[in-house]
Amino acid sequence: MGASQTHSAYKYQDLMTKTGFSLEQIKNLHYRFRQLSENNETLSRENLENIKDLADNPIKKQIVEAFFDKRNQHQNEMGSFEEIGFEQFVMVMSHFRPPTPKMTEEEKLAMRKDKLHFLFNMHDSDNDGKITLEEYRKVVEELLSMSGDIEKDTARGIADAAMLEVASTNVPNMGPDDYYEGITFEHFEQMFKEVEMESRMHVRFLDVDTRTIHS
Amino acid sequence: MATTWRSALSLYMLLLMVSRGLSLASDGNKIEPVDTKQDTRSGSHGEAASSSDSGSEVNVTLTTLPIVSWKWEHVSEPYLVALWIIVCWLCKLIIEANHHVTNVIPESALLIGFGFILGGIVWGADLAQTFKLSQRTFFFFLLPQIILDTGYSMPNKLFFGNLGGILVYAIIGTCWNAASLALSLWGCQKGGAMGDLDIGFLQYLLFGSLIAAVDPVAVIAVFEQVHVNEVLFILVFGESLLNDGVTVVLFNVCDAFVTLGGSKINAVEIIKGIISFFVVAFGGSLLGFAFGILISLLTRCTKNIQIIEAGFVFILGYLSYLTAEMLSLSAILSIVFCGICCQKYINANMDESSVNTVRYAMKVFANGSETIIFVFLGISAIDKTIWVWNTGFILLTLFFILIYRFMGTFILTWILNRFRLVPIGLIDQVIISYGGLRGAVAYGLAVMLDETRIKEKNLMLCTTLIVVYFTVIIQGITMKPLVTWLNVKKASVSEDSLIEKVQNKVFDHMLVAIEDISGQIGHNYMRDKWNNFEDKWLSKLLLKPSVRKNRDNIFAVFHRLNLKDAMSYVAEGERKGSLEFIRNESAFIDFTKKFDDKFSEVMSDIMADTSSHYNRGSSMRRDPVPSVCLEVHEQAIKGMNGVEDSHHLLQQHLYKGRKQHLHRYSRSNFSVNTDENEVQEIFQRTMRRRLESFKSAKMGVAPPKKISKHTKKDQQQKKPNGNSADKCKSYHSGDEDFEFSEADSANGYDVPGSLPMRVTYRAGAGIENPTFMPDPDPTASMHIPPWLADTEVDSSIAAPSQRAQVRLPWTPSNLRRLAPLRLSTNSTDSFMLPEAPATQQRGNEQQPPSAPPPTKRHM
Repeated sequence: MGASQTHSAYKYQDLMTKTGFSLEQIKNLHYRFRQLSENNETLSRENLENIKDLADNPIKKQIVEAFFDKRNQHQNEMGSFEEIGFEQFVMVMSHFRPPTPKMTEEEKLAMRKDKLHFLFNMHDSDNDGKITLEEYRKVVEELLSMSGDIEKDTARGIADAAMLEVASTNVPNMGPDDYYEGITFEHFEQMFKEVEMESRMHVRFLDVDTRTIHS
Repeated sequence: MATTWRSALSLYMLLLMVSRGLSLASDGNKIEPVDTKQDTRSGSHGEAASSSDSGSEVNVTLTTLPIVSWKWEHVSEPYLVALWIIVCWLCKLIIEANHHVTNVIPESALLIGFGFILGGIVWGADLAQTFKLSQRTFFFFLLPQIILDTGYSMPNKLFFGNLGGILVYAIIGTCWNAASLALSLWGCQKGGAMGDLDIGFLQYLLFGSLIAAVDPVAVIAVFEQVHVNEVLFILVFGESLLNDGVTVVLFNVCDAFVTLGGSKINAVEIIKGIISFFVVAFGGSLLGFAFGILISLLTRCTKNIQIIEAGFVFILGYLSYLTAEMLSLSAILSIVFCGICCQKYINANMDESSVNTVRYAMKVFANGSETIIFVFLGISAIDKTIWVWNTGFILLTLFFILIYRFMGTFILTWILNRFRLVPIGLIDQVIISYGGLRGAVAYGLAVMLDETRIKEKNLMLCTTLIVVYFTVIIQGITMKPLVTWLNVKKASVSEDSLIEKVQNKVFDHMLVAIEDISGQIGHNYMRDKWNNFEDKWLSKLLLKPSVRKNRDNIFAVFHRLNLKDAMSYVAEGERKGSLEFIRNESAFIDFTKKFDDKFSEVMSDIMADTSSHYNRGSSMRRDPVPSVCLEVHEQAIKGMNGVEDSHHLLQQHLYKGRKQHLHRYSRSNFSVNTDENEVQEIFQRTMRRRLESFKSAKMGVAPPKKISKHTKKDQQQKKPNGNSADKCKSYHSGDEDFEFSEADSANGYDVPGSLPMRVTYRAGAGIENPTFMPDPDPTASMHIPPWLADTEVDSSIAAPSQRAQVRLPWTPSNLRRLAPLRLSTNSTDSFMLPEAPATQQRGNEQQPPSAPPPTKRHM
């Protein structure tokens, strides 16, 4: 028992330092990964799309896509994977780690930026570093697609208005001929100035073994 | 309105408050501690003094017909109640008039101060305290509406998000406060610190339990003025609300123990006590939920009695309180959860005006009785008979209360923080501890003590009073400096912004998705499951079908902002004079008349009273869209002068083209098209649509898809056009027929001539464009004579329709949320580029000569 403990600790050491998860958390995630991928080494989009609870989620597509997005792997790569391994899976998950009380201000800032990048990438589907109106509209339309009978036009209007808000806060003195091309990451950061990202955007990853719940 | 009978009812309730001083004998309440020497009917105290002798005239044998007679006795009770209410409220008036004082001393403390003065006056006149807060008055007639209001306006998400912490503070914290205080005082008595007192341990426990609870009334009064951050606020506030329930339960259990006597209490009784505690608390909450659901269900079907539907909320809330009281469950918890549970559904189900009525009436009652409570807390103190001084007891109580409050908070927070993601900071803990204000509930319970069993009742009573005064006055005054000094995180005043709401929603869904994927069952997961359950079942059960779909938060914000924008647009326009015509009465009347003339035959029944309404001008208030106005109205008044006129005007015109918005906000009018304005509107829209499709049919162009978006702006824009001088030159006469909303009154055409065409459009459009007839409108179509229905649809139509088409997409540039996105604000034309060049020309031409609305104000 002890041997396997150290063995897995050794195996995951790398991941632990990279993602900041604890050994138990990684083990839990690994278990879940196996479960989702049906004991394969890699996970495909279908695997994620088949999750039952996800069916009602309006932004399911964006979420699933985010897992296969190379930008979320901290490696300055673009494009997307066809399938992801466990490491990629955990890397994506690590964006949702809660801040720990021991963190320094700098670490907190870094974490905040990290989370914002994730969110930004989710909106910026064509990787050009800008959330254009089209991209934003798409997200908002999907977001509202499940809530009652808000028509597409309305959703579009909402997206437009929200975009205008961003434009007007970020470019306060826009010339009459200027064209707001899209939300850049800097503007995006500005938008979330007030929001405590590091504490808002988190999921509580359990330390204890949750296998009993899933089995 | 609906409030009248309710206020009559509550007046009747309040009557008992003051009448207790007069009708001691008739009020068989043994706990009343009042009047020793007063005759029931003497009525010669306080304000009543001057009138006492004249009351007897009624009994004099009638010798001649009195023209008027003095009947004080007849009205004395309700009269005194009303007088006292007005006196209390005048106190508040005086206090609130002096802002520099209320900035330093909280209002509640000042009200108590006024109470002292008033009490002194009464004492001076009567040499006895004739008016006091009795527990019956307090618990039955003053407290319920306050608690109902807090429940009703509870921020649900925040409350349930922090429910764990709140419950821990409320239940464990209160028990800890009660037990520790009782033990310490008992120990001190044994140690001889308080002299000779006849109080046993159980009685100390009783005392501890009554004084343990933080009082919501006092807490709200103080915390509302310091604006701490919302988590801190909900912790203190939620705790104070729930622990009121807890403390009453605890009090009752302890009271039963005292009655039983020490010797009969064994393990079984204690276990029973604990069980009873939970049964009472949870039973009360469940009862509240049940009543909340009942209210929600009831408001589903009050469409036909809209005038009094607001009253149901109050009366059922009150019934839930009384029912819980009757079943000896926790009445406070019952009414709290009743309010929490029903708020969402009744707000959606009821008509907007009813919702506003509820909201306001709730505040009137709550604030009013809060004022009365504080004043009477002060008055009650001026009474020699209750004052028994025991320095040791009083000071020790004060000391222990403070100490244990701090200790309890720190210990419990330490435990809580192990489970909380965002720990409660040290400063917040200090504020929570220091915010432990005691209030009227403690006093009410102290008055309830039974003198026969508790010998030192008066000592407990005046200790309670001192604790209340100390916490409300001293702690209340020092709270603000403390908050500033400790640099407590204040509540951020954030403006409504769409992007924020959208992002919140993205967050929620994203977190749920991640929990789903990672297989965790966390907070978000539970909330999502609950939301799904609510959407699927509760909403179906409790919401009207018409509103079920349309209650998206984002949409509400969108709508609100739109309205705000439109209002500032009009304000701006008025300021610059370009919308001057709006104030012009004649424009209105003309419009109506024109309309009326033309359609009186076709839609006589619908139009029956339209003209009179319009001419009166006041009818706009009846519009089905006052919805958001309330909030917007306030904001508007703050910032702008003279918006009111334009505001009403807006109500009238704004909603017209807003097809999507219309049925969301005119909740009860959704299915039945009873409103004349609405009918007009649909008529106009249909017309326009008809013209459009006609044109496109003629020209082989696909009809524009989003006419609904334009119509509204069109409405607004047309007004200036209608008044502009150069308007007529480009119109040819046939035009007018199709521009029903023109304020311009060039009514030089014959009615019979234009009638057939209109009828045709009405009928045809209704069928061809079902989108524009959301509700089949039988009244309108049944009047169409068949022979008219297919009379000439001749070439004369093509021209105006073309014009209409051209004008439609012309949008005011500064309604930022209304306009389709045009991020380049160059000019109004840039949006139009894809349209025919004629459009552009048209747009320029039609710009009212007097200052076009500013194009860049939002940038």
